Order: sequence, then structure tokens, then C-alpha cells
Amino acid sequence: MSEATAVAASPAAPGPAAPAVQKSKLLFETSEWNFDTLKRTFDAIEDVALNELGLDCYPNQIELISSEQMLDAYSSIGMPVFYSHWSFGKRFARDEVMYRKGYVGLAYEIVINSDPCIAYLMEENTMTMQALVIAHAAFGHNHFFKNNYLFKEWTDAEGILDYLNFAKTYVAKCEEKHGVAAVERVLDAAHALMDQGVNRYGRRARPSLADERKRSEARRKHKEETYNDLWRTLPRGAGALNSPAAAKKVDQAHDRLGLPEENLLYFIEKFSPKLRDWERELVRIVRNIAQYFYPQKMTKMMNEGCATYVHYRIMNRLYDQGRIGEGSMLEFLASHANVVFQPEFDDRRYSGINPYALGFAMMQDIERIATEPTDEDRQYLPQIAGCGDAMGALKQAWAEFRDDSFVAQYLSPHLMRKLRLFRLGDRPDEPHYRVDAIHDERGYDRVRRALARTYDPGVRDPNIQVSDVDLMGSRKLLLTHHLNNDVPLAESDARAVLAYIADLWGYDAELKGVSADDSVKYTYEASPRS
Amino acid sequence: MGMNIVDRRLNPKGKSHTNRQRFIRLARETIKEAVVRSIKDRALGDVDSKEVVNIPRARIHEPRFHHSSQGGIRDHVLPGNKEYVQGDTLPKPQGGEGGGGGREGSPDGEGEDSFQFTLSRDEYLNILFEELELPDLAKTFLKDATAFKSARAGFSTSGSPNNLNLVRTMRNSLARRISLARPKPRELEEIEAQLEAAKSAGDRDLVAQLELRRDQVIRRAKRIAYIDPVDLRYNRFERVPKPNAQAVMFCLMDVSGSMSEYMKDLAKRFFLLLHLFLTRKYEHVDVVFIRHTSEAKEVDEETFFRSRETGGTVVSTALEEMKRIVAERYSPDEWNIYAAQASDGDNYPSDSEPSMRLLRDDILPQTQYFAYIEVLDEREMGMFRSEMNVSTLWRDYKVVAGEFPNLAMKRVFSKADIFPVFHQLFSKTRAVA
Repeated sequence: MSEATAVAASPAAPGPAAPAVQKSKLLFETSEWNFDTLKRTFDAIEDVALNELGLDCYPNQIELISSEQMLDAYSSIGMPVFYSHWSFGKRFARDEVMYRKGYVGLAYEIVINSDPCIAYLMEENTMTMQALVIAHAAFGHNHFFKNNYLFKEWTDAEGILDYLNFAKTYVAKCEEKHGVAAVERVLDAAHALMDQGVNRYGRRARPSLADERKRSEARRKHKEETYNDLWRTLPRGAGALNSPAAAKKVDQAHDRLGLPEENLLYFIEKFSPKLRDWERELVRIVRNIAQYFYPQKMTKMMNEGCATYVHYRIMNRLYDQGRIGEGSMLEFLASHANVVFQPEFDDRRYSGINPYALGFAMMQDIERIATEPTDEDRQYLPQIAGCGDAMGALKQAWAEFRDDSFVAQYLSPHLMRKLRLFRLGDRPDEPHYRVDAIHDERGYDRVRRALARTYDPGVRDPNIQVSDVDLMGSRKLLLTHHLNNDVPLAESDARAVLAYIADLWGYDAELKGVSADDSVKYTYEASPRS
Repeated sequence: MGMNIVDRRLNPKGKSHTNRQRFIRLARETIKEAVVRSIKDRALGDVDSKEVVNIPRARIHEPRFHHSSQGGIRDHVLPGNKEYVQGDTLPKPQGGEGGGGGREGSPDGEGEDSFQFTLSRDEYLNILFEELELPDLAKTFLKDATAFKSARAGFSTSGSPNNLNLVRTMRNSLARRISLARPKPRELEEIEAQLEAAKSAGDRDLVAQLELRRDQVIRRAKRIAYIDPVDLRYNRFERVPKPNAQAVMFCLMDVSGSMSEYMKDLAKRFFLLLHLFLTRKYEHVDVVFIRHTSEAKEVDEETFFRSRETGGTVVSTALEEMKRIVAERYSPDEWNIYAAQASDGDNYPSDSEPSMRLLRDDILPQTQYFAYIEVLDEREMGMFRSEMNVSTLWRDYKVVAGEFPNLAMKRVFSKADIFPVFHQLFSKTRAVA
């Protein structure tokens, strides 16, 4: 969210004839907040959210923090507890400079997917902004966290804070025992692989984070007594290399490795021949945290759309009830307009599609289709068009989709025309961009598909897998980047990350870029350092 | 459904302090390089004020696998079409940027080239002088702590009137007066008034009774003093030993014709570092500039570095001048005396004896530290690298240095040498040895 526009909320300008009763209905009358108005406003918002919109939320915990604490929270990815790492110091330093120089404002709020759901409110906010933020975060995001299938499947709202506490303590203990540098060596490398440290598809049964903690201890004990069976295939003598028995063993080992594997952190944690147990546990901590944040990445646009839609509905409802004054409502509308502002592609301010803008527009569009559908809508979205239950339709969408599938399913021709969306093709061999499709009958499908693809993790994030390990010889780790549409990796970063992989693996690592026709576009190699 | 409002605003600040310190430690090598470079390249006056360090991305970069911003087939979906229809073409911008919506190259802005980091002045100077310590500094601070300063230390029952603590005293007085039931002035006034009334009414019994009461009250008031010595409280001060917080730095330089501008510039950088270092250690630092040819003179900074003289070189004149100024203005009891001498090593052979004597008898016993640097032209480097081929002054000083550990000497050939030499001269290990 962008910086607050400070519109002083005027007391609801009662005319001389205004009855005292009406004035007392206002939840707050000045822009200064206090704990009374906060509580009263929260209750009013909760009433609308639960009883009128029928949202289903975790219990709320509202925490008031200062701007410095907000900067703190920023630097540790918004979490209240986190282990220590220099990168958070770097982020803090950067954010602080930006903030002090006035380049960026701070978010009005940060909300944490936990049970209870924790929302941070900044003390600098006016009372109107606090109301907006409560509606947005404590009910909008909260409902989304609790009901979206990705969050249900992949995150453990109940256990996350305990797990982060465990992680913080564990990392601190490791630092004490093995030194900060040794811990950083592992964390730096694991952080570089966070994007490749998630399971995109629900393949394995997932233990709860509370179990994770217990298992961590048990695992340590077990590991001390056993040996990584995988490496038994290594031949004792050179002559054994070519024997059929050895080949069979290699096959079996490959099966056990579960190749190909897209979760690089998982693979390294499980099979790295060099990692010590505490290092393995550090990798696991980073992986669990990456997995916890993964749904937020997958649903950024929807989640913000949901929260923005919810705050818009609630604030308007409170205004209709006479519980928010005119001045306050104007302040809210100005701020809301900032949040959902979408510059056009040729505007200097354009920097991609604003998730708040598209999300909010799609939610409003679904409401429109459910209540006032056109024939076109009936054709395109027969299942909800004219059903009359806008909240029902929205809640279903919020529960069952993520950004890419949501766009593919719900982006209506009406909205494409309204946003005047068009698709621009960029072919490396052509000197021009080509307008492939626009918001017309011939183009709807292609524009929608292309927009959905920009949210598709399979397209957006590089598809990198562990493809093989040289079990018979060098133990070299072989990775493959399957190029999508021949888009290569950024080379210097790729080499740097590969070096980290080699560090964690303990032996050489190689990354091949392979395009759809199986031709190898590039090969990078790295050896472990130190 | 429950709700809970928690006020966290008063929670301890600086939660990210650890992270910041770790970041600084990580970037320190880079920052140090930047600092050394700044001493080499920057205008001299800027060194102390520089706070913003650009840290190149190398060590603090957090790489991720991400798509390159170039190459491959890409589709962009953009809002705000005005006139385009399917099949239209748009020219690609120069440099092959990935189109209007092409931000794939740098997800969440991680593609930064360098990181601008603001060090506080203290953080900056700490790094600059890391591991540096003036020899015997700790000793000076502890043992030679001849200065004292007063520090508040509660209250006492005795003291000088100007230290009287009125609030405490009056509080005691009030408590005592209440507990001993000292009559208030109003009480006396009332009795007097009643007495007047009784007198005018002619009630003699009442007058006698009231007169008795009045005398009692007056006596009691007299016995119980308004302020008694036991009430008195004085602010108490303790004399705490204060490390000698002032230093004087003597800059001695040969400005004779044989010193080239280049050599003076080298010397100047060394003086500058020493000054910076001293201001860091002491609250107050005086600087005395003495330049000499065949005679010495105290001058201001501008003249010291700028003007050029002709004439021979008699080092003892500068030492003599320093001795005079110390005697006049900088008593060694009150001042920590440092000296830095820069010279190309030339001296009249006949001056050896007086110079060495001045150093031995007067200068070095009074000085915390005397640094002699011999600045040499880069062209002379090869010639003077060996200990065999030394200047007159170097040979003389070497003898004295054997007797006085607080005389240190180094040769400087180029700007790049300044910092390492400074480092060597003032390194901790040297102080320990």
C-alpha cells in the first residue's frame, strides 16, 4: 500500500438542526485514534464482516506499533520473530534510507497468516486509516488465509509462530556452537534457493510444524546412529564399476532419490553427502519457511483483491449506517483510489499490473456478474451469472483458486474491455513488438490466457530440477533448467546460486539449460568453496 | 470470535540491531576499502565527513535463479490500449529492454548494482581506526589520570552554602516543624488579635490568659527553629579521576627546497590521519604546526602546507621550537603530547648531535608518541628500500629509537603507503610489545 494521504477527518459537520442522536452514531469524530475508538470501530467492522458479509476468520489480534517497529518488521519478512541474519540488516538499512529520504512510505499494516491472525497497525495512521486497515487486514486477508485451499494445504497458521521461535532458538544455538560464519555459510546458500525450495504440488504428506520440531530432535538422534545408505553404491575398487550388479544398485539408488526433483532444498537436505546434521536442519528450516510463504506468492493478486474488496464494502456500509463521517469517508476514498490506481502502459508511472487494482476490479466484476449480468456474462460465466449471491460466488473463488487459475476462470470480456487489456508479443528475431490480441471477440481468450500465464508459477519462475547424480564417480549433482519459450536464466545470478548449491552439496554441481527441443542452450558448473 | 488489542509501541527498540551489526561486519572489508580509497583520493577536508558508502553488490548480493530480461519469446499483457488493433507493431526500445511490461529480469528489485549504505560517523571512524590503538594509551588513561572532575553523588549533611540543596532542606524543615507542632505565624496573629480585642474590652482575665498563651507560642516558636542545622542538605560531589582528555599534536615538517610538493602531500595525509585519530581519542585536540628550513617557525595550517621556502635544513631548530612551545603552553601534566615529523631525511651533518640531544633530553620524555615518517619520491623507492642506504636523519633517529620505544619511524613512498604505515605505527601489537 502506498503512503497515506493525510486528509484531516472533520467532525461530521452537524448542521444546526442535526439531532444529537445521529451524531452519537459516529464511531469516531477526529483523526486521532485512541483505544476506545479503536475497539468501538473494530466491533462495528466485525459486525458487518461476519454478520452481513458472512466472512469466516481466525480470531484477531491487533498490535499497535511505531514506524521504527514497522521497519523492523519489514526487514524480517513481516514476521514478529525471526532468526538473525545479515540480509535482514541489509534490508533494514535499505528500507530505512528509502523511508527517511521519503522515497517510499511504510505499509499501513502487516498481517500475519497465523491463528490468531496478527495485524500490525502503525501508530501514525489516522483513525480512518486504522478502520480501513482493520477491515482490510483483520477481516479481508484473515478470511482469505483461513479459507483459500493453498493456505489450508501448505501453511500451518496455528504452528507458525512457535515454529519461528524454534527456528530462532535453533539458529542461535548453532551459532553458539559452530560460529556465526559457519551458520551463515549454510543460510546464505539456502536463502538463495528459497524459490526452488517449495513443493508446488501436493505430493507428500506434510507434517504439521509442531511435529516438525519434535521430529527435528528425533531425526538428529537417528542420524547419529545410521549412515546415508545411498552412497553404499560407491564401488570399492575400480573393477566394480562396470558390473551389472553395480548398475542395478545405481538404478535402485536413483529410485530412492526420487528424480527428477524440483524442490532443490528438499533434495539437498535429504541427500547431500556432505552436510552435517545441524546444517541439514538449517536447510530444513529455510525450506519450511519458504513453503509457508509460497501460497502468498501464488495468491498475491487475489488476496489483495479480496482484502480491498472487503474493506471497500465495509467502509461503505459503515458510512451508509451513519457511523463514519463525510470527511472521514473522503479520506478513505482518496486512500482507496491510491491503492487501486492502475497507470496505463504508456504512463511513466507504469510498472506492471497493480495486484490491488486488478484484484479489486475482478472482485467487483464478479459481484456485477452475480447481480446484474449481461447476456455476454451469462454465456461466459453461466455458473454464477445472475445467481444473486455475490458473496457466495466470491467466497467460492477465494477458496478454490490461485492467481493464474482465477484469471483463467473469471476475467470477463467486460473487464478486459474496461481495462483495455491487450497482448504484446516479443519475439527475439523480430525488430518489432506485435500486438497479438486485444480486447475484442477474437482476442478475449488469448489475452486472458496470456495474463493467466504471467501468474503461473510454471512460467513465471524458472523450472529447475535435480535431474541426476553421478553415483558411480564424482558425486556431481546435475541440474536441468527447462527453458520456457527459450527464456534463459540471468547468467551471473545463476552461476552464483549454482556455487551455493555446490557448497551445500559438497561436490561439483552442473546446471544445463535445455530448451523444448532438447537442445542444450548453456551449461554452468561450480565447485564447492572451502 | 475474540479480539485482542495489544500496544507494542513501547517494546524495546532496535530489534534489528544484531542484523545491522552482522551486515556491517560482512560489508566491512568493502567499507574499509572504500575508506582507504577515500584517504588516497579524496580532498583532505572531506575524510571526516564522509558517511555514505557505496557497497558493491559482490559480497552482500543475494542471488536467486531468475529469468534474464533478454532473450526468448515473451508475451506481455498491458492495460490502457488506445488505438492498437490486432496485428499492429511497435518499435522495440533501444537496448532491447523487455517491453513495457518486461520486469521479469528483476523480480522484487534484486538486480541492484550497488548498495548505498549510510554509516553513522562513529561507525565510519570506528572502522577507519579499527585495530588501531595509540601505544600506552590505556596506561595513560589509567595511570596518568591526573585530572579530576566532580560528579554528583547524592546528598550530604555538610557542605558549602553554594551547594545547599533547597528542596531537600525545606522538605526536612517542613517535616520537622509539622512533627514538633511548631506554631504557625497565623496562630500568633490570631492570639494578638484576640488580645487586642480583650484589651479594648477590658477583660483582664482573658488578657492575662492570652498573654500567657502568646508567650508560650513565642517561646515554642523560638525553641523550634524554622530551619534547623539538622535540616540542611547539600549536594554532594565526588572527585572522580578523569582521563586527560586533551591532547596537542605537533606537526613538524621540513619545507626546504628538497621537499617536493608530492612529498609534502604525502606528509599532509599522514598528519591528517593522525589528527583524525586524536580527535577520536580526545575531547580536545590542539594542533601546532612547525615548519623549518635552517630555522623553525610556528605557522598556521594554510602556510604550513602551502608555502615553500628555500634554504638548508637544520632539524634541531624545529625540535627546539617545539620544546619552547611545550614549556610555554602545553604542560605535560595537563596535555597528552603527540608529535609527527615529516622530512625527506636531509639534515646538516653538524646538526645530528643537537637533534639527538633534544630528542633524548627534552622531547621524548615528555611525549606520548613521536612518529617520524620519511617521505620519499617514488623514483627513489628502489634506492631506499634497503636499510643500507639511509638518510642522515634516519640514521640518527634510529639510534634514539633504540632507547625510546615511543619513537616510531617509517618510510612512505606513495599515497597507497600512508594507511598501512599509519596502521603499522599505531597497531595494537606494537603497543603490547
